[in-house]
Amino acid sequence: MDLNYSPEEEAFRDGVRAWLRENLPDDLRDKVVNYQELSKADLLRWHQILAKKGWVAPDWPIEWGGTDWTVVQRYIFEEECGAAGCPPLMSFGLRMCAPVLLRFGTPEQKQRFLPRIYHGEDFWCQGYSEPGSGSDLASLQTRAVRDGDDYVVTGQKIWTTLAHYADWIFCLVRTDPNRPKRQEGISFLLIDMRSPGISVRPITLMDGGHEVNMVFFDDVRVPLENRVHEENDGWTVAKYLLGYERMGTGRIGASKRELARLKELAAKTIKDGKSLLDDPRFRDRITRVEVELMALEITNLRYLDQLRGGRAPGAEVSLLKIKGTEIQQAISELMMQTAGPLAQLFRPVDPEVDFDNFTASLAPRYLNMRKTTIYAGSNEIQRNIIAKATLGL
Amino acid sequence: MNFDYSEEQQLLADTLKRFLATDYTFEARTKIVASTAGYSEDMWAALADMGLLGVPFDMAYGGFGGSAVDVMVVMEAIGEGLVVEPYLATVGLGGQFVARGGTEAQRQRILPALVRGQAKLAFAQTERGARYDLRHVATRARRAGDGWVLDGEKCAVIHGGCADMLVVSARTAGHPTDARGISLFLVERDLPGVTMQEYRTIDNLHAADIKFSSTPVSAAGLLGPEGDGLTLIEEVVDYATALLCAEAVGAIRYANEATLAYLKSRRQFGVPIGSFQALQHRMVDMFISYEQGRSMACLACVKVDTADAAERQRAVSAAKIKIADACRHVSQEAVQLHGGMGMTEELKISHTFRRLTMIAQAFGDVDHHLERFAACG
Repeated sequence: MDLNYSPEEEAFRDGVRAWLRENLPDDLRDKVVNYQELSKADLLRWHQILAKKGWVAPDWPIEWGGTDWTVVQRYIFEEECGAAGCPPLMSFGLRMCAPVLLRFGTPEQKQRFLPRIYHGEDFWCQGYSEPGSGSDLASLQTRAVRDGDDYVVTGQKIWTTLAHYADWIFCLVRTDPNRPKRQEGISFLLIDMRSPGISVRPITLMDGGHEVNMVFFDDVRVPLENRVHEENDGWTVAKYLLGYERMGTGRIGASKRELARLKELAAKTIKDGKSLLDDPRFRDRITRVEVELMALEITNLRYLDQLRGGRAPGAEVSLLKIKGTEIQQAISELMMQTAGPLAQLFRPVDPEVDFDNFTASLAPRYLNMRKTTIYAGSNEIQRNIIAKATLGL
Repeated sequence: MNFDYSEEQQLLADTLKRFLATDYTFEARTKIVASTAGYSEDMWAALADMGLLGVPFDMAYGGFGGSAVDVMVVMEAIGEGLVVEPYLATVGLGGQFVARGGTEAQRQRILPALVRGQAKLAFAQTERGARYDLRHVATRARRAGDGWVLDGEKCAVIHGGCADMLVVSARTAGHPTDARGISLFLVERDLPGVTMQEYRTIDNLHAADIKFSSTPVSAAGLLGPEGDGLTLIEEVVDYATALLCAEAVGAIRYANEATLAYLKSRRQFGVPIGSFQALQHRMVDMFISYEQGRSMACLACVKVDTADAAERQRAVSAAKIKIADACRHVSQEAVQLHGGMGMTEELKISHTFRRLTMIAQAFGDVDHHLERFAACG
């Protein structure tokens, strides 16, 4: 048993690390590590820097701009990006719509959309959840009725991340409401956000920020050619995506960076004449999270090794999402706790004054992180998946 | 042994519940929070009219002469309604310093006005680097003629911005972390050299950083014995902590009711999600946290009136530990069980989550109270 990266993998990691150090703009990095909101322009700038290098879509086939990296190298790249404080790449186009097009799209659809996704020319969002269909996605109701060369789409989506930035949305819609099983009768449509009849309404989250939206479809006409895969077999596409995604959810590199920041913060915080980092109670809690992160990392590598050996890991990879998100939350909570009685800081009444913006970002970040155990398949659903598919319960 | 509310206490609780349901709906509160002041003078007047500002103060000053348990009834309602008016700061902190440590002249000057709703108070204690150590007072009070001159900076003063009168801890002798040498002063907010930087808190209240630059305080402004203020500070902070535990109980009660209602009404996979046993057990655990929390809040509120210092500290620290755990547990579960809706600004549950999160870290976090409890022996 060998837990180490090979010399080639280590060299690859060093190369990535060096390139990131040279090419990640300081202002973007500062925003990320200080929990400031990233604008659409910020996200696109980083996307285009990576696209120019040829690293924006490592998972894609080479003919469409991907790399020839192994699964381990792809993992190393993602972790190094997290560790360096890179802005997140908006996964909806690159890592959701694109794999779907690659697997199920027509040549015309691939040609039309993939290069634009690659170069950051189209910003994508995901129209899945509805007010009545969260965990029970298959119960979705947004209706798409054939009319000539179009579908006419009516309904609403919710929790649509960054729909207010988006040019395009991929949606699961109901094309046949009369099937015996709800999973049947669903289709996968690509919809132009500028289509008449689409409106976007922001949903403010409890940290005061705006990242998710409701998207309303009011008799929106969508050309039939924008359907991916067979009509009424959209659930096959949805399942493919869900399976495709589960390996990338540990966010281990980013959590390592956050943990280091937490220790820095604790070291600078004084309690009874000593630093909080030297306070055994607080230190123990940090240690516990650090140990969880180590366990998660090794588990992730084990699963990667299986993938590399051609054995697809089973539903147990849901644990990467469960543990990864719990660790993200634990770190954000400890960071908030370093502030003690000052954690309550939020916004100055007079916006002109000097304000401790960093301390004021800690509680909002703790609040924002509560979403991680809810989104992308709640941790309850992830446990159900393991229970059913792995344990046979 | 009797854990029931008296008839009067029950009447008070019922009156408050009705009042909140009609006059302090979540919509009404949203408007108040959005206002510049961040609280409502009309609400404050209503609280005064109902006699709530006078509950713990002696009848000689227009109060009700009530116990901490009487105030607990009010605090639970404040927690349930997420009331943002400066009740704890005025009645539980500032007013307590005057009532317990003030001269008769000081009490006459301040308490009747407070009870009538004409004077709000705040307690300026915390300083940067102090964390929860009440001995950590670097703000200085130098003798100047008959009076003093204050210099220093206080931070995180809850409802400092709307206070007419501040109770300020300042050092008249000793080093910044000495137990002896701390004095208390009554400082009108419009005295020279008092500058405030007000901010909104994450749980929809207002707080302030307050700077004192050669602020003159007259002889009549000293509250309690010079250099020996720590005992009173600990007593009042314990009292306020017990009340805060009661506020948390009210908020937890709301969080549980809302979550239970959601579990019963939200349908997925053709059934109410409350039919899933995994979620039922978690809801039960939230119920258990509430019950245990309520018990400890009762303990704390009884002991702050009846116990000696050591027993009081032990009870209050134990209560704060249990309540902080309950705040954390219930608030996190409530959001998780609400799914995406629990994350939104629009729903009361997320506001409750924020208030419970801050309560857990107020007047000492769990670690602080674990240490204090152990030190009590």
